[in-house]
Amino acid sequence: MTRRLQPDRRTLDPAAFSRALASGLARLRVKAAGPTTGPGFWALLAAALGLAAFGGLAARALWAARAGRVERREEWRRLSLSKEPDDGGPGDAALALALGRTWARRPGLIGALSTVDHKVIGLRLVLIAFSFLLLGGCAALVMRLQLAGPSQNIVGADFYNQLFTMHGTTMMFLFAVPVMEAAAVLLVPLVVGARAIAFPRLVAFAQWMLVAGGVLLWGGFALNLGADVGWFSYVPLASLNYSPTKRADLWAQTVTFTELSALAISVSTIVTIFKQRAPGMSLDRVPLFAWAQLVTSFMTVFAMPGVMLASTYLILDRLVGTQFFNPAAGGDALLWQHLFWWFGHPEVYIIFVPATGFVSAIVPVFARRPMFGHTAIVLSLVSIAILAFGLWVHHMFATGLPRLGESFFTASSMAIAIPSGIQIFCWIATIWLGRPVFRTPFLFVLGFIILFVMGGLTGVMVASVPLDLQVHDTYFVVAHFHYVLIGGAVFPLLAAVYYWFPKVTGRMLSERIGRWHFWTAFIGFNVAFFPMHLLGLQGMTRRIYTYPAELGWGPLNLLSSCGAFLFAGSFALMAWNVVVSLRSGEQAGPNPWDADGLEWATSSPPPPYNFLWPPVVQGREPLWASAGRPPAVTGHRTDMREVLITSIADAVPETREPSPDESIWPFVAAVVTTILLTGSIFTPWAVVWGAPPVAVALIAWFWPKGDKEDEQ
Amino acid sequence: MSPRGGATATAVCAVALALTGCSGIQSSTDPHGPVAGAIYGLFIVFMIVAAIVQGGVTIALLLGALRRRRLDARSVLELDPASERRATLVVSALVGLTAATIAGLTLLSFFVGRTDARLAGSQELVVRVTAHQWWWEFTFEDPAPDRQLTTANELHIPVGRPVRLKLLSPDVIHSFWVPALSGKKDLIPGRLNEILVQADKAGVFRGQCAEYCGLQHANMALKIVAEPPAQFDRWFAAQLTPAAEPRGAQATRGREVFLSSGCALCHRIRGTSAAAVFGPDLTHLASRSMLAAGAAPMTPGGLGGWIADPQTVKPGSKMPRVPLSGPELVALVAYLEELK
Amino acid sequence: MTPAGNVDVSKLPDWAHGPKSVTWWGTLAFCAIEGTGFALAAGGYLFLGFLNQSWPISSPPPDLIWGALTTVTLLASLIPNAWLNRAAHAEDLRRVRLGMVIMSLAGVIALVLRVFEFGALNVKWNQDAYGSTVWVLLGLHATHLVTDLGDTLVLAALMFTRHGHGRRFSDVTDNCFYWNFVVAAWLPLYALIYWAPRLGA
Ligand code: HEA
Ligand code: HEA
Ligand code: HEC
Ligand code: CUA
Ligand SMILES: [Cu+2]
Repeated sequence: MTRRLQPDRRTLDPAAFSRALASGLARLRVKAAGPTTGPGFWALLAAALGLAAFGGLAARALWAARAGRVERREEWRRLSLSKEPDDGGPGDAALALALGRTWARRPGLIGALSTVDHKVIGLRLVLIAFSFLLLGGCAALVMRLQLAGPSQNIVGADFYNQLFTMHGTTMMFLFAVPVMEAAAVLLVPLVVGARAIAFPRLVAFAQWMLVAGGVLLWGGFALNLGADVGWFSYVPLASLNYSPTKRADLWAQTVTFTELSALAISVSTIVTIFKQRAPGMSLDRVPLFAWAQLVTSFMTVFAMPGVMLASTYLILDRLVGTQFFNPAAGGDALLWQHLFWWFGHPEVYIIFVPATGFVSAIVPVFARRPMFGHTAIVLSLVSIAILAFGLWVHHMFATGLPRLGESFFTASSMAIAIPSGIQIFCWIATIWLGRPVFRTPFLFVLGFIILFVMGGLTGVMVASVPLDLQVHDTYFVVAHFHYVLIGGAVFPLLAAVYYWFPKVTGRMLSERIGRWHFWTAFIGFNVAFFPMHLLGLQGMTRRIYTYPAELGWGPLNLLSSCGAFLFAGSFALMAWNVVVSLRSGEQAGPNPWDADGLEWATSSPPPPYNFLWPPVVQGREPLWASAGRPPAVTGHRTDMREVLITSIADAVPETREPSPDESIWPFVAAVVTTILLTGSIFTPWAVVWGAPPVAVALIAWFWPKGDKEDEQ
Repeated sequence: MSPRGGATATAVCAVALALTGCSGIQSSTDPHGPVAGAIYGLFIVFMIVAAIVQGGVTIALLLGALRRRRLDARSVLELDPASERRATLVVSALVGLTAATIAGLTLLSFFVGRTDARLAGSQELVVRVTAHQWWWEFTFEDPAPDRQLTTANELHIPVGRPVRLKLLSPDVIHSFWVPALSGKKDLIPGRLNEILVQADKAGVFRGQCAEYCGLQHANMALKIVAEPPAQFDRWFAAQLTPAAEPRGAQATRGREVFLSSGCALCHRIRGTSAAAVFGPDLTHLASRSMLAAGAAPMTPGGLGGWIADPQTVKPGSKMPRVPLSGPELVALVAYLEELK
Repeated sequence: MTPAGNVDVSKLPDWAHGPKSVTWWGTLAFCAIEGTGFALAAGGYLFLGFLNQSWPISSPPPDLIWGALTTVTLLASLIPNAWLNRAAHAEDLRRVRLGMVIMSLAGVIALVLRVFEFGALNVKWNQDAYGSTVWVLLGLHATHLVTDLGDTLVLAALMFTRHGHGRRFSDVTDNCFYWNFVVAAWLPLYALIYWAPRLGA
């Protein structure tokens, strides 16, 4: 049996081809014994295989049928026309067949729980995150109902406090960060031209931890144990004395789950970008989207331990009586704030920086020219990440820290305006020098630039200590962060949805509904959140469930609530667009936007192994340079999953490492970890009796299962 | 131009208009003290910078996007080295300008932040502010123990004199904020903070606890009444006196109810045997304009409603419902009404 | 480097040591995460230390003996660790097996000593904030000892099965690398736990 199929695309080796076919047939028979697929399918398959012996065309058809997708038009075209010497031919067919088998996803429930395909997991993460957006958004709408008029009694104080805590926690920990991670999982391997993500089982584990965190938080809410101490859960309010129920514990453990998940994905992202880039993709050719995800992952690595530590301290204080936050025993309330904001500030850039990555991917494609200032943008991203760790105190100006120290944090916070400005200027320059094509992703990018600058400018205002002392903890800050979070991150996210939807599903989203979506979102958003600036200046503090009429906040609040519903309606338009387009959207083909990135060099949706021919990169815009067909990597084994490891700086191939197969153990490990962590809310002994099952699951996860590499 | 640019421009104008137009007793745009005034000035400077940046960015973006827009294209542009160079120059200049602007804004902020330091002096009045879930306690610090006045939720200060507030909290973190006078400062258990306020004009300024502190954070308001020094001195002297003797049978009966129904377990009324300090000092309750930190007005109805059922007026409040008969309640209200 | 065209990778090896392997990078990333955790916990310790008038707050400083023994054990274990690392690079299965056994023993000894260290802290975790921080610092590091020991044991077992070849040697070198991190992380913590409280006095 062959180990290494070396289908050189120019000179096909007939012997290798027939060997590949033989091995393929042998394996198919083994599979056919399985109960999941009917004999009809296998008869068809056998017939098709017979045809394949006569030529590549039939084999191609077979592959398309096997994958259940006929819309791989591009492959069809290549196959039937076979214009270029390195295109099509029976070599491709055999390769697709062999790879398809090796990288096949296992069917059924166990298969779904075991999958390590980054595209499947990434798409799931996107859907999970959007579900949490829906939940958090509904909580916001109820809040907006309550606040629409003075002294209303739609919800009570207790419920309102749960609502804003659930809203903030959900949006930050279960929507915004995960959705950006989802984009990394889904797209980074494609963007760097890899066949798989690094540590795919870790990513599978991460997906389940996120689900566990969300279920814990919202399950608690359903049982009237919804967290109610705000998304940053200040002590001593969150300590046992003032929050005697389990609500604060559920919050803390939710945070632990989501952070575990984020850290796992960051490690995978970093290593994928460092070590699995396509040959030739030297650092100066790494796409800005990947840079943004790389920088974000680094921020995650250094930021998340802060909140893990803080929430651990909180749980210990509440559960076993440690005294970290008890001033009477030498503890301190501000220790919490320092640890939390050490994480919390980078957190907001962890949300924002990937969004800038979307923008930098989209702008050049629609401006029809390479990005202006590529290197400047990379440097901006890196400096944002470094500065991000030097300004957490700007959330604590009102706590009465030494004045000179505070001024330092004013300066460092405002300094972020420089790298942010560089990015804005470079995008505008790219658009200015280009010939922009107005499609929906581009509209959302334009909206983003306007809204983010607005939010950034209010950010600069609140970075000024005296100004912040007036507007801190008011709706002015609420306006600031919704402008940067929604304008600065959700708008690019929506642009990204329109931009990459064809890649993921094979179909275009409707342009007509897209325009409606954009305009309702843009108008609804501004109507909802612009008045909040004014309310904050007029003294409306945040986190209040009611306010008296004589303060005159009623009309603006009513306006804001109307805008919120309009904005929510825009999401309904998007959902409608998704549903309609999935069924009857225009076929996308591999590269509908004529984009420059490697993810467009494969079919839409990509096969499980991402690239039939992993691409080789010769410039910053590989597809523009090579008219859509970059040179390829040959010589991978086809009978086991392999990824190409390349050097960090120049992306010179180093090794071909095996990539892990599907495994149920990450799921099992996630289940037992969930039981352990949830149990530890109630008794510290849960850690003791929970440890052995976790250890067993981890050992099973990492234990090699007679892989082919061991048969040598 | 596209409606979007118009919308933004209108929005920026709207801010400017709204700012001059909007005022109110709890607005930071209607300053009545030197600190708040300086901050408001700073705010205007920031607003102007922001308007310029926002306007510039929006116009450049829309011009750039619309001037050579196309509806569809497959080809990629060839770069023109001359215009690339020009763009590099422009972008570099803008980055330099940004750096200069924020440097200026940082310095300006630093000096405005020192406004209160310039106010500090020996003329200061010192008041200890203790924040409770969910009401405010004020104690005037004075070397003479009999002049250490304690009151709740409503603080009178003399116009033109700096008042140093010492901020303490025995339970959770709160934040003291009266926008018309100055920015806010947190009250943190285990720490002592200070803030300096001064009113330039007489007036009543509302404030509100700004840091989320639990269930009734929304109903933790306070008022600062700034009055001319002479009037302030009169107020202070009046507040130092013990509570007035009840006039008439109804009020006398009310005092008995107060002393016998458990109210005295938590409240103090100087001049009576009620001396507990768990809840607000009620010695001159009726001289205040609001009840329970803004949850109810200081009217007979408000008072009756509050005492009859504090948990409905302010759910979660640390004051329990004390069962009283109708006549008892009426008498109690009549008594408390007299505590001017 | 710009590849001229198609790239043939069939001749490349399918595993390598150190920075050429993804596992090494993964290990490094986890070291960064855990190192940040240690640094922040140490920062919290110093923060509370500076805030309080006396430090320790209401207890004598920890006894030195057990901590010193652990430290010596950990430092001494670096020698067989380096030896094991070389053996793995040489793909010498016999020496690797021996080295894995020695390192497992070192881990067990360090862990046993660690248990005594908790007893020698002279403070309970719930006595005051000082007690809480030293317990957490020591516990955090103990967790790393436990997980790395678990890792070492499993890997040692693997080396005695049919899996003991090829890329497993690279796993062994990664394990050596991680152990170096665990030891290196301990030194500042050791200074903080055992010597910082004596500085003030
Ligand atoms: C996506 C998330 C995101 C982003 C990108 C930002 C960006 C910024 N934020 Fe914001 N922020 C939040 C999310 C975010 N923030 C959240 C969630 C909170 C509240 C948390 C809570 O309390 O619940 C918060 C709160 C917050 C505070 C604390 C306020 C308070 O609680 O009182 C401060 C204070 O300094 C601040 C500052 C800044 C600054 C200076 C920037 C800068 O990065 C902005 C830089 C960008 C620009 C300035 C625009 C582009 C630049 C140009 C066009 C160049 C020209 C500009 C000039 C000449 C000025 N933010
Ligand atoms: C990314 C983060 C994010 C997002 C998107 C939002 C979105 C919204 N937020 Fe925000 N908000 C925060 C982060 C965010 N928020 C944070 C961190 C806080 C602070 C919390 C605290 O103080 O602790 C806060 C606080 C906050 C407050 C202040 C509460 C208070 O202080 O009392 C208010 C008040 O109006 C508010 C309103 C809204 C509204 C109306 C929306 C709307 O934009 C929501 C609109 C969205 C929807 C209605 C859902 C859309 C529907 C779908 C996506 C369906 C399609 C998908 C599928 C079918 C799968 N939010
Ligand atoms: C268990 C303690 C307790 C008891 C008993 C109690 N109170 Fe109170 N009372 C409080 C507290 C605490 C507050 C502040 C509540 C708040 O603002 O949230 C308060 C507030 C008040 C106020 C408003 C004070 C102000 O300055 O706004 C009045 C009036 C009052 N109580 C009257 C009474 C009367 C009359 C009774 C007896 C029938 C009584 N209280 C019994 C604790 C108590
Ligand atoms: Cu007190 Cu909010
Ligand atoms: Cu911040």
